Amino acid sequence: MFDQFMKVRLRGMIVLAIIVVVIPLFLTNPFQYDLATQILIVGGAVVGLNLLVGFAGQISLGHAGFFGLGAYFTGIMTGTYGWPAVPTLLLGAAVVGAIAWIVGRPILRLKGHYLSMATLAVGFIIAIIINNESQLTGGPDGMPVPALDLFGWELSSFGLYSFFGIEFDGYELWYFFAGLMLLLAVWLAQNLIDSPIGRGLRAVHGSEVAARVVGVDTAKYKSLVFVISAVYASITGSLYAHFQGFITPAVAGFDFSIILITMVVLGGMGSTYGVILGAAVLTLLPQVLADFQELEMVMFGLILMLTMIFMPKGLLPTLGSMAGKRFAKKTGGQP
Amino acid sequence: MGMTILRRMAAATGITLLAAVFTMSAHAADPIKIGSFLSVTGPASFLGDPELKTLEMYVEQINENGGVLGRPLELIHYDDQGNASSARSFASRLIRSDRVDIIVGGSTTGATMASVPLVEQAGIPFISLAGAVVITDPVKKWVFKTPQSDRMAAERILEDMKDRGFTKIGLISGTGGFGASGRTQTLNVAKRMGMEIVADVTYSGSDTDMTAQLTNIRNTKGVEAVLNFGFGQGPAIVTRNYDQLGMKLPFYQSHGVASDSFLRLAGKAAEGLRLPGSPLLVPESIPEGDPQKNIVRNYKAEYEAKWGQSVSTFGGYAYDGLMLAVNALEAAGSTDKAAVRDALEGIQGYVGVTGEFNMSPDDHNGLDPDSFRILEVVNGGWVLID
Amino acid sequence: MFSEFLQFLFTGVTIGATYALIALGFTLIYNASHVINFAQGEFLMIGGMATVSFMALGLPMPLAITLAVLLSGLMGVLLQRFAIAPAKKADVVTLIIITIGASIFIRGLAQLLWGKQYHVVPNFSSDEPIRILGAVMNTQSLWVLGIGTVVVVALVLFFTRTMIGKAILATSMNKQASRLVGIKTQFVLMLAFLVSALLGGIAGVVVAPITFTSYDIGIMLGLKGFVAAAIGGLGSGVGAVVGGLCLGIVEAMAAGYLSSDYKDAVAFSMILLVLFFMPRGLFGAKVVERV
Repeated sequence: MFDQFMKVRLRGMIVLAIIVVVIPLFLTNPFQYDLATQILIVGGAVVGLNLLVGFAGQISLGHAGFFGLGAYFTGIMTGTYGWPAVPTLLLGAAVVGAIAWIVGRPILRLKGHYLSMATLAVGFIIAIIINNESQLTGGPDGMPVPALDLFGWELSSFGLYSFFGIEFDGYELWYFFAGLMLLLAVWLAQNLIDSPIGRGLRAVHGSEVAARVVGVDTAKYKSLVFVISAVYASITGSLYAHFQGFITPAVAGFDFSIILITMVVLGGMGSTYGVILGAAVLTLLPQVLADFQELEMVMFGLILMLTMIFMPKGLLPTLGSMAGKRFAKKTGGQP
Repeated sequence: MGMTILRRMAAATGITLLAAVFTMSAHAADPIKIGSFLSVTGPASFLGDPELKTLEMYVEQINENGGVLGRPLELIHYDDQGNASSARSFASRLIRSDRVDIIVGGSTTGATMASVPLVEQAGIPFISLAGAVVITDPVKKWVFKTPQSDRMAAERILEDMKDRGFTKIGLISGTGGFGASGRTQTLNVAKRMGMEIVADVTYSGSDTDMTAQLTNIRNTKGVEAVLNFGFGQGPAIVTRNYDQLGMKLPFYQSHGVASDSFLRLAGKAAEGLRLPGSPLLVPESIPEGDPQKNIVRNYKAEYEAKWGQSVSTFGGYAYDGLMLAVNALEAAGSTDKAAVRDALEGIQGYVGVTGEFNMSPDDHNGLDPDSFRILEVVNGGWVLID
Repeated sequence: MFSEFLQFLFTGVTIGATYALIALGFTLIYNASHVINFAQGEFLMIGGMATVSFMALGLPMPLAITLAVLLSGLMGVLLQRFAIAPAKKADVVTLIIITIGASIFIRGLAQLLWGKQYHVVPNFSSDEPIRILGAVMNTQSLWVLGIGTVVVVALVLFFTRTMIGKAILATSMNKQASRLVGIKTQFVLMLAFLVSALLGGIAGVVVAPITFTSYDIGIMLGLKGFVAAAIGGLGSGVGAVVGGLCLGIVEAMAAGYLSSDYKDAVAFSMILLVLFFMPRGLFGAKVVERV
């Protein structure tokens, strides 16, 4: 039973890895790599957010605040003060985690939409500070961020690299690096779900009162998962800053928070692979719709509405159960 | 079992979607491709909207007259919605996927600056339509811009104040990119000119009432004139609140609101305020024989006839951007990017809607502060002061 | 000194009354369905923009306003019938995302129909501001306050004196029990959307002379209204009114006495303070969860 469980988990990771490796066969220019890399990085952030939404049943309306804080911590410390990239990224994550803990701990004692309001406020406050402190952050016009420096080895999307005699462009390497990071993010998330913490979380999601009665410290578990999801956002934010090379306060803004939560719900709350699909769809959709010009907004709204009305569980879970049913019909067995 | 299929489906969906986006490029390369990303919707739409309309109109007109270098122009444009990250994505798409020959766009400073690293690395001529001085100072090899910088606007306003004998200024500015950069430049210029900013307050884009901030300026001792640096509907609200509070101090706005629609919004409250603007708003006041007169008059007439709405300074930036591009293409005799860039840098004495452009290796803007005219609102219309 | 304080107070109360009206709309729908309706701001936009376009057609202002408010109400009903009702089995979070989709869709339509420019709506009465003890108040502010008061009184009467109002209240308290006593919950939900949209439309019209109006005005005003509702404790009518006024006054005082750069941050910190020390909001109801 447990072995089988592990196999399913592992199989998911392998499929994701194969997809990441296969997609470049379809990519014909650096712009497409650019988009694909963005999907992989933002995908990491939504995998983290999904832990909170899918497994603790809480919504964050300010996750971009954590993402943006990570991005700006990296931008300021590596750019202005010349700190090394990796320790900066980790320190940034620690700072963001601490903020999340301070905010989350008192509020997660409560049941209901209160965390969404607190995160909304925190997200806004972070965005306002980033916007106003232009000495540090460049203000609303944004700031440049140096290329990612991996212990003395610089990864720039404009660079040219050679491994074992094979030449790689910087954007290709960034793509694979982001893919690796996403796999790591998924692996950690899966492990968390299978850990005692994960079991506690599922109990919280099932019925909080019941969980509390049998002695699960629900507030502790919820705060913990909130901190973890904020750390995910911070780290992916840092990576995003290095990858883009330029950040503006929009990365911490309310709009982006809404996009992140929409990715989770659209892809399928609770489904780690679903939310990655959600990230892909919401990143690509504006590019596809860009050719419709004035109709872009109407179509985007309509697609979002219709998808959620007819696939309320999200893309991947709905498609999955449809596929399951068809398979069952064909073989006459149980799905 | 269902799980495997589910994943296969996911893979298939992902790949189809990716393929859908990624097969949209590739076309015969006969026309000259002009790429553009503008803030056509979103908070900066009053910049991007007239800019896009101008580009569309004149690309069509140029093509009817035989194009450039005997080739038609093709305008490829995207809406970045005022978001710098999407501006960067679209710049990437224009450069790497659409493979445009030159970019004319970037409504906001944020959008422009986010795209600069890509542009510089790819080596493609880029004419920005955004205002802040950081875009061309320090000079970037491939980046040019058509609007006067906000530093020039600040200089022009403060000079006019000084001429009228005001040296103590109350400053109110928006917290958006335009207002924040304008505020910084105003503080710097004031220091240099020996003037004093005695009150310094801000408002955000979502504010609907600035009475509290203005009350603070009113109650600050020694204020002799007030300047508002901002754009959008905010300055119109500031102007109305200013009037309601009965403030009588001389009032200045920035070039960010130099359009007739601002007058429509602010109504009679705008009476008597001054701002640096393009002669576009006062075509009839330009003396006969000034080479700018006909260009400005034609642009205004053509724009208003085609779109049925009043012309704005921002559309003029796009007009000049496109014409500079066309001039450079013709001077270079080809679409060779380095040659076009060199031609852009060599442009001398091109008279556009915004002013006369004299580019050089040290100046990728090419305008001088006098291209700003000081205008005053009199009887609900613009009057040329200086 | 005092006139300065009075000025900030007037400013704050006017903005606050606007926020309160918007917050009430959020509260109504939240009570009936636990959905945070992110399309609430679009009702405001329709109220303002439709007034502008009806007046441009030559209709007299009162008629234009009435039609605009009704149009907004119709939009609310359509939203419930075609976007919320079909997804009734969906999670609350999914419903919230549907309202986000709806708001983008409505905004897109408005942009196609009405363009992207800002428009002026004339003051309902004199343009000449009123001066009290050295402070100034726009006459339109009095309209906002007056209409706000009327709306609140009307809502109180509606919920305490009419059958329909009581049915909405009952449904918000316990869906299953009210279904058992014969209340059609879908119908009640539609009513909640209708009333909320009418409220939004009214708010949109009365503030338009102060704020101007455009296709995207709903984003910023809607958000502030939501923040006000959150401060008051989502789900409480009194809370929405008090939350709105508090938010407005705090914003104006912070801009006046502290820092205009950080006045919005002060407002958002208020949410955190309220949540930390009055966890159910100022007036939020105590919720008991059953196992």
